Amino acid sequence: MRVSRGQRLWWFIRRHHTGLTVWLAAALLALVPLVVRNPYQLGLLNLIGIYAVAVLGLNLFIGYAGQISLGHAGFFGLGAYGSALLTVHGWLPPWPALLVTAALMAGAALLLGIPTLRLHGHYLAMATLGFNYIVHLILVQWDQVTGGPSGISGIPPLQVAGFAFDHEARFFYLVWGVVLIGVTLCLNLMRSGVGRGLAALAQDEVAAATLGVNVRREKVRVFVLSAVFASVAGSLYAHYYSYVNPDGFGIFKSLDLVIMVVVGGLGSVWGTLLGVTFVTLLPYYLEFLEAFFDLIHGLILVLILMFLPQGLVTGLWDHLRLAWAKRRLAAKGGTS
Amino acid sequence: MTLREGPLLLDLQRLSKNFGGVPALAEVSFPIFRGTVTALIGPNGAGKTTLINCLTGVVQPEGGRILFQGRELTGLPPHEIAALGIARTFQNLRLFPRLSVLDNVLLGLTSQAGSSLGEALLRTPRLRHRERRLKLAALEALDAFGLGGKADWPAGILPYGDKKRLEMARVFVSQPALALLDEPVAGLNSQETAEVAGLIRQLRRQGRTLLVVEHDMELVMGVSDLVVVLDGGRRIAMGTPEEVQRDPRVLEAYLGRMSVTA
Ligand SMILES: Nc1ncnc2c1ncn2[C@@H]1O[C@H](COP(=O)(O)OP(=O)(O)OP(=O)(O)O)[C@@H](O)[C@H]1O
Ligand SMILES: [Mg+2]
Repeated sequence: MRVSRGQRLWWFIRRHHTGLTVWLAAALLALVPLVVRNPYQLGLLNLIGIYAVAVLGLNLFIGYAGQISLGHAGFFGLGAYGSALLTVHGWLPPWPALLVTAALMAGAALLLGIPTLRLHGHYLAMATLGFNYIVHLILVQWDQVTGGPSGISGIPPLQVAGFAFDHEARFFYLVWGVVLIGVTLCLNLMRSGVGRGLAALAQDEVAAATLGVNVRREKVRVFVLSAVFASVAGSLYAHYYSYVNPDGFGIFKSLDLVIMVVVGGLGSVWGTLLGVTFVTLLPYYLEFLEAFFDLIHGLILVLILMFLPQGLVTGLWDHLRLAWAKRRLAAKGGTS
Repeated sequence: MTLREGPLLLDLQRLSKNFGGVPALAEVSFPIFRGTVTALIGPNGAGKTTLINCLTGVVQPEGGRILFQGRELTGLPPHEIAALGIARTFQNLRLFPRLSVLDNVLLGLTSQAGSSLGEALLRTPRLRHRERRLKLAALEALDAFGLGGKADWPAGILPYGDKKRLEMARVFVSQPALALLDEPVAGLNSQETAEVAGLIRQLRRQGRTLLVVEHDMELVMGVSDLVVVLDGGRRIAMGTPEEVQRDPRVLEAYLGRMSVTA
């Protein structure tokens, strides 16, 4: 049988569409600093990239595995402070500091996750919220080490072979490179047995367990993974701004991260990028409503959860998929 | 049909379970022989589902032992029991409605899918190769259970009969050493029931071992080698379908509660 070139190309695209999408995104992102010259706008895109790294991990935990955390700004903050402390005192260069901090956060998440992930719903929300509260309190109060409310400054930039990622365009490539690596890891996970187990336990823990999913272990593992993502994002934050203080790491930041997940859609990797962009840019476009931000964020969350409980992107996508499948079902003539 | 005694696969010994002081299982013992179909029957609330829950680690029995291939199962968590090759369906379907039909069946292969997080994140060639093999097995199972062509539909929108068969496909895709089916034909019409009866007979011919909980007496009498009757948590009879049907205690337990047709 002869196969036409077009057909072969089509097969290739279908078979590798996940990887091709990532490469396409990489190509488009690579062009951005050539088009967007304004450092202020690039700075915003960099901030979006930093949050995206954290929210990708959080979406695995909340969106994909169906758990809840109101404490990820805590891991984000500890990541930032860990890198800051290790580098300003000259104990470690930036890259090793990032890795060591991430490893420490993995350990912290393990210690926090083993007892708390036995909890469900509100209890898990409260436990993680408590964690974030304590972290924030320590950052503010322990000023001999953390610098208290005024924070730590003079954090060196990340660099590779003498090339420092120390201004907007350079850092853009670094952070969005990390985002794409994160996207790839998430997409890979979702297409594995481990990922299916997470999606299954999100919907029915008993059924998942009887099929062979080690529910407790999987929850802890995805929690640790999400904490590592948040920690890496925090390290990038510290080295980009060269300054950290406790303001950005309180419980309201955790809530913002959750809103980003929900706007992007539960379990949707590409949706995450939209959710982060939307929530990050909102204050800049609605500057005149500054006094009402918390209210607006709350309203967005409530509206989405009321009308699209799967989140904006995933919710709309589910509706489409359902309508499409029902049409096919009708076309086939009902039962079997 | 006469009682066929192959090698012993599972041995229940004086299994007991109470819910708030009320016995759901009271010292229930019976064997399951390899390559046979054992039926577990009894009126509503007899303890049949509780027994399956004990076998799969979903609830912990308070007394007694479960020996599976000589190994003690009591105390093991459900995922370890699954890894030993015991798979089940649920009385009230427990599919994952938002996942695709294919993913639902693939979850039946969880114990073979590998659990390394690093491998999953990096999507190593080894994992890709394994995933391809599992997907083929899953698609084959879907075909065998009449669900071919529906692999990428969300499981939640399937008609009820398809959902029942999807749950069975999810059990048998892993070729389990022991399959536990909790009321596989409940809610199905007579034609669908006959199809499931055919599937069960076919699985038995392939050498599979099944424990089937069922209220449908025609199905039970038609497919089983050994029938165990529970009432109020006690085993009140055990034997071939013919023996059990003639047993006065069974007739009494069912009298006025259910008609025995066979
Ligand atoms: N989780 C539970 N908590 C409390 N009581 C329970 C629980 N599970 C079962 N029971 C009780 O145990 C007894 C046996 O229930 P079980 O579900 O095992 O019966 P069954 O034989 O499967 O009945 P059916 O034919 O209606 O499915 C019933 O009285 C039931 O109410
Ligand atoms: Mg039952």
